Parts: sequence; C-alpha cells; structure tokens
Amino acid sequence: MNAFTGTGHLIRLILRRDRLRLPIWILAITALVYGTASAVAGLYETPKEIAGYAKTADSPATRLLSGRPDGLDSVGAVTTYEISMVGLIALSLMVIFLVIRHTRSEEETGRAELLRATVTGRHAAMLAAVVVASAASVVVGALDALALIAGGLEPSGSLLHGSVLAAVGICFTAVAAAAAQVSSTARGSLAIAGAVLGFAFLVRGIGDVGQNFLSWLSPLGWALLTQPYGAARWWLLLPLVLLGGVLVALTVWLTAHRDAGAGMLHPRPGPARADASLGTAAGLAWRLQRGTVYGWTIGLVGAAVMFGSIGPEMKTMLEDNPSLKDYLSVSGGDPVTSFLVTAFGLIAVAAGAFAVSSALRLRSEETAGRAEPLLATAMSRSRWALGSLTVTLLGAVAVMVLIGLGVAVSFAATTGDTGSFGTNLAAGVALAPAVLFLAAVAVLLVGWLPRFSAAAWALVAFAFVQIYLGGLLHFPGWVNGLSPFHHLSEMPVEDFALTPALTVLALSLLLGAVGVLGLRRRDMAG
Amino acid sequence: MTDAIALDGVVKKFGAVRALDGFDLHVATGEVHGFLGPNGSGKSTTMRVLLGLLRPDEGTASLLGGDPWSEAAELHRRIAYVPGDVNLWPNLSGGEVVDMLGRMRGGLDEQRRAELVERFELDPTKKARTYSKGNRQKVALVAAFASGAELLLLDEPTSGLDPLMEAAFQDTVTEAIEQGATVLLSSHILAEVEALCKKVTIIRAGRSVQSGTLSDLRHLTRTSIVAETASRVVGLDTMEGVNKPEYQDNRVTFDIDTDHLDQAMVALTKAGLTSLQAHPPTLEELFLRQYGDETSAETEVSDGAGSTEGAEARVHA
Repeated sequence: MNAFTGTGHLIRLILRRDRLRLPIWILAITALVYGTASAVAGLYETPKEIAGYAKTADSPATRLLSGRPDGLDSVGAVTTYEISMVGLIALSLMVIFLVIRHTRSEEETGRAELLRATVTGRHAAMLAAVVVASAASVVVGALDALALIAGGLEPSGSLLHGSVLAAVGICFTAVAAAAAQVSSTARGSLAIAGAVLGFAFLVRGIGDVGQNFLSWLSPLGWALLTQPYGAARWWLLLPLVLLGGVLVALTVWLTAHRDAGAGMLHPRPGPARADASLGTAAGLAWRLQRGTVYGWTIGLVGAAVMFGSIGPEMKTMLEDNPSLKDYLSVSGGDPVTSFLVTAFGLIAVAAGAFAVSSALRLRSEETAGRAEPLLATAMSRSRWALGSLTVTLLGAVAVMVLIGLGVAVSFAATTGDTGSFGTNLAAGVALAPAVLFLAAVAVLLVGWLPRFSAAAWALVAFAFVQIYLGGLLHFPGWVNGLSPFHHLSEMPVEDFALTPALTVLALSLLLGAVGVLGLRRRDMAG
Repeated sequence: MTDAIALDGVVKKFGAVRALDGFDLHVATGEVHGFLGPNGSGKSTTMRVLLGLLRPDEGTASLLGGDPWSEAAELHRRIAYVPGDVNLWPNLSGGEVVDMLGRMRGGLDEQRRAELVERFELDPTKKARTYSKGNRQKVALVAAFASGAELLLLDEPTSGLDPLMEAAFQDTVTEAIEQGATVLLSSHILAEVEALCKKVTIIRAGRSVQSGTLSDLRHLTRTSIVAETASRVVGLDTMEGVNKPEYQDNRVTFDIDTDHLDQAMVALTKAGLTSLQAHPPTLEELFLRQYGDETSAETEVSDGAGSTEGAEARVHA
C-alpha cells in the first residue's frame, strides 16, 4: 500500500457521480467553440472583411476581453481571437469546480473519511480528481480541435488551439488541487482558486491593453500568445504544463504535511458569548457571509481600480494608432468610454456571481441542515429568508457602488479628468438592478424548484457569454433579452435610462418575493 | 385537558414513499412520551411535521393547541428541539450558537445556561467545526434546556453522548419534567426511555403499531420463565398461552401469556418447583417484537428465554 493506492476506484467514483455534469460542461464548451467558428467563417470570408475586422478589433475593450490583436490575417486567427478567452475561462472554471468538489468538499462533509478508512492512500483522492480533471481538459481540447477543423480551419493551428486549451485546463486543475489543501473549507478553496483565475485574467488584460510585459506573467497570457493560426508558438505549452506539474508537486507536499480534514490555517477559539448582532437572521447571515463579501469586494473593486487607471495608457495607444482613431471617430464611439462599458459589464457579471452565490446560501444552509435549528425557534421562514437576502441585497448594492467609485476615482486620478467622475460612479450603480435580478432568479428557484437551484448559474454564464460573443453570434432578440444586463443602458457611452432600470429592479423584487412565497409553502429538506 | 401533541391519520408522502401512513400520536400535557421505532420508520419525519418543516398531505396535526404548519413561529416560542444529528455553523463558537438560538426563541435563562454549560462540560469557546458529534449534541441540549420551554421535542438527543453525559441528560430532563414540561423523546437507548417515560408509542413503516403505558405494553406481551423442578413438568407443551418450552435436565425455559400464568404455576408446582425466575418482557423484547416482521414476530420472540442477543439474532436472520 502506498499513498496513491485506490486512485483507480476513486476515479470511477468521480465519473459515476459526475456522469451528467461533466458531459454537460464538455459539450457546452465544445458547442460554444463550434458555434463561434461557424459564425466567424460565415462573416469573414474575404481578406478584405478580415482586414476590416482586424481594424475594429484593436480597441482597449477588445484587448481586455480577447488579448492582443496580433496577426489577425486569417479566418483561423479571427476565430481564435473571438473564442479563446471564453473557452479558457469556461474550462478553467470547470476544472476548479470539479477538483474542489471531489477533494475539499468531500473532506469537509466527512465523506472522505469513509473512503480513507478503506484501502485508499493519502494522495489518492487528490490524484483521482486531478486525473479526471486533466483527462476532461484533454477531451475538451481534442473536441475543440475537431470542432475547429470541422469548421474549415487549418489542422495544425486547430491542433495547437486544442492543446493550449488542454494545457490551461491542466494548469488550473493543479491550481485548484493546491487551493484545496490550503483552506479547510470548500468555499475558501473555491475563493482561492477563483481569485487566482481572476488575477491571471486581470494581469493578462492589463498587459494586453498596455501592450507590455504583464501579458507574459499570466498563464492565460501564455495561452493567448501561442497564436495558433499565426505565430504558432508551440513552446508556450511548456510553461503551462510545467506550472501545472510544479503545483501538483506542491499539492502532494502540502497533503503530506497536514491532517485529514484540516487546512494549512488552524481554527482559533471563538468568543464564549455571542455579541448583540447574532440574534436575527440578518445578523447571522452577515456573520456567515462577511468574509465572502469582503473577499469579493476587494477583488472586484481592485479590478475596477485597475480598469479605471488604464485610461491614460489608452490615450497614448490611440495617439500611436491614427487609423483606429479615425475608425472610432467615424463609428461614433469614444474608445476609452467603450472600454469602460466592457469593463463595467465584466465586473458586474462577476458581482452577479457573488449575488447568486449569496442568494443560494438559503439552499445550502437548508441542505446542510443548518436552517432546521433556526426554524425550530420563533424564527419564521420569511424572516429567515428575508434576513439572509438583506445581506445579499445590501452586499450587491454596496459592491456595485464601490465598483463605480473605484473606476471613477482611479480614472480621475490617472487622467486628471474629474468631469467624468459622476458618470463613472453612476455607471457602476446603474448595473445594480441586473445584478439583483440574477440573485432574484436564484431565490425563485430556491422557492419553487429547490433541487434545481444551481440552474441560476446558467444565467450568470449566459450573461458572461453574451458580453463576449453576443455581437458575433447574433442571438435572436429574445435570447439576448434573457440577460438582464442587455436591457440596461450602456453607461458611460449611453445616458442613464430610468425606465429599464426601474423595470429590471421591479422584476427582481417581484421574482424575489415570489421565491420567498414558494419557500414558505414547501417542505424543508432535512 | 388538551393534548400537547395530537396527530390523527397523518400521511406524509415523499414521491411514491409514504413516510407517514396514517400515523396517530397523542401526548397529553405534562406527559413524558417515549417514541420508538426502527431506523427509517418515520420518527424524524414526525418531528419535522411537528416543527412545521414538513406539511402533512392528509390528516390533522395539532401542537400546543395550534397548527404546527401555519403557526410555526409562534408555537416555537414555547418549544425546544434537539435533533439527533446536530448541524452547526462551522465558524461560530458553541457559546455563540447557544446565545443566538436562545435569542431567536425569545430569550434564555442566564443562570440555567451557565449551569448547563458546566453540567455538560461544554467548552463554549471552541468553533463548531472542531466539535465532535457529542459536543455538537451538547450545544443543542444546552440551547434547548436553557430556554425553559413547555414542550421538548427530543429526536435521539443522546446519540453520541458518553455515559456520563447520558446521566447528565437524564437529570436535566427529570428537572424539566418537575417544572411541568411535556416531553416527546425518540430514542434507541431503551434504558433511557424506561427511566424517563411513562408512555410510549412504537412506530413502524409510518404507522403507530403500539401506544400506551409501559405496563400496558408489558401486559400484552409474555413473561419469560426459567424454572427448576424435581421432576419433568407435565402438560406444558399443550397448555394454552405457553410458547415452545425447552427442557434441559430438570430445567425448563418458556414464555407465557400473562393471562395464563396461573395454570403454568400450578403445573410447575406439581412437578416440585425448586427454583423460579420470572421476568416481565424488557423493553428490548417489546421492541424487537414490534420491529420484526409482523407475521413472524410470534415465533421470533416466543422461542427465546429473553436473551437480547438471541432475540436480536433471530430478528436479523
């Protein structure tokens, strides 16, 4: 018996438990790639069309979303430019969730103990999750290559694109495995791995907008810089896989140096008596969620400050690129403000992810059996739910205000242009209704279809894809309309429109209220 | 006097499964009622119906004179609940949980809280994530008993407690009873039920199969006899109410229906009785008889002399 004994059995257990979830993820990512490839192939057929695309692509906003628009001279390059970042993020999230669900979550719930007591080694659970996630990444990469080839693209570039995807999947598999050793809770592990992904995105985004070395410091930067249909830098796969290997080795070392169930950080004793805030549902919810709220706030406001601060760099870049300036002046958009629209959109969707996870606390507390002791006191269900949702509501609004403030302050400080302070601040606040709408959908599901509460994430994912690919994929109007962000004015380019904001806000409150009503009349899980 | 708990014909379905299937339960005010049944028979479902967490599909439920579903929050001011599987917030300390649940119920008795923390040897500064099962149980017990509730719903409250703490639990319940509390106690620790409860209800597959005082239930079941006689006893094999007597040298072992005890004694005396042990059925035996399959229950319990292991082995066979 060694530390890896039993890995095979655990791999089969993971595949059995995720026999639906994993294929759905893999197929969704493949469908996204294939859909984009077909759309691009249809739109950009002639060299002239492609050249036209290349011109519009070089704006700060597209650089933030998709990286450097280098060598956009073939259909393949255009396709890659459109799809790579979405595909990379989707795959990274897939492996992060997969690895942590099968490592730290299992330990936290105590199920891992049952397995460790059988003939399984210390590292078996981690290794099994890493093997499955890496294999899934390779499958996604292979399907990606096939989808691109099927879309009529050149095989060697397609193969490299697929390989990059697989390599990034393996890299973030290792990130997740290491994160699962550091924190003793699944939530904390997800936060760490998610923060690493967000940071990698941010560093690469800043580097690509400013055309500087920062792009070379992020695994996501390496991935984009391979440029499969252009420069074809195969060698960049090496650092990706190497980083993955180093992190797995680190994970093995961390596992060997901690007790089962424990993390790297040990719990300290707490107070013997509760302070005054712990006596209401909202007080408890704040206590349970404040760490998460602080974490998301720091991350999102940090991103907002960085986005706001690249204004001057953008101006320099525009001065160096007169053709882009001409194009944009003709199209009527100010590239700096359109960059801010995109930046606000991305941060707001991320804030939506926070709001949804906060709203879904109702369900997770219920299934963990922790709603029961509260509801056995004089706490009514509506008070319990509304108390918890107060934290969601105030947290989401506060985050959006701070995001607006972050962009406004850093933009004003770096450009000296204080005139746009109010507009930038308002642009953040104005997206709050859509953020609340995402949370309201989660509440509705918790109330009426509790077993499918997690479907609320699908809307967050869609809102994200819509920002990235909505223009290209030409969804029908009603499909675009599913994203609450689609209905709100695109500040600071557009003026604030009150009616849609109030409508989305009213709908959010309505859905939330209907959800709470559903929660009042159904059975509670135990 | 109204019943503190009255369930009549309660049906609770989970999909095709009928977790409660026309279940009746009556607990009078001030009564300490034992609630017994095999795993998965519907005890926790009953508790959750009483707490208004589940809505019954059919039948009527009344709790302290109110409707447990629609008046849940109001009724819960007068109720304390201890589940068998206590789930706590990992990053809250035990002391914080006790205070919080107390406030949510509408206040707790400070002095009682302090006494109970000491009695149950609970370290209130430890985070819930670091508590063992028994310690989480203690947190729930302290929170429940410090509230001075009229009705205690205890769902296997001592699973996970050590024998010392088990004794502390029994003392605490006894004190609550002296204060006039009504108790519904579900438990697999039969000594605990025997020590505390006057009445019991046995549930099986969502139905009430026995309900009454412990002595009533004992009367319904057989007494186990072990006797030594000078000569072999005559007539036992054919005697009504006697179950499978077993002879070994001059010793005879059998179970007998309480109504026929008299005849058997006569037969034993005639054979020259030298030693006699008679014991009423233990709760274990009552229990195993009800838990086992109805049709084979007769033979299962009747051929034994009351040895728990023996009876258990047969039930499982």
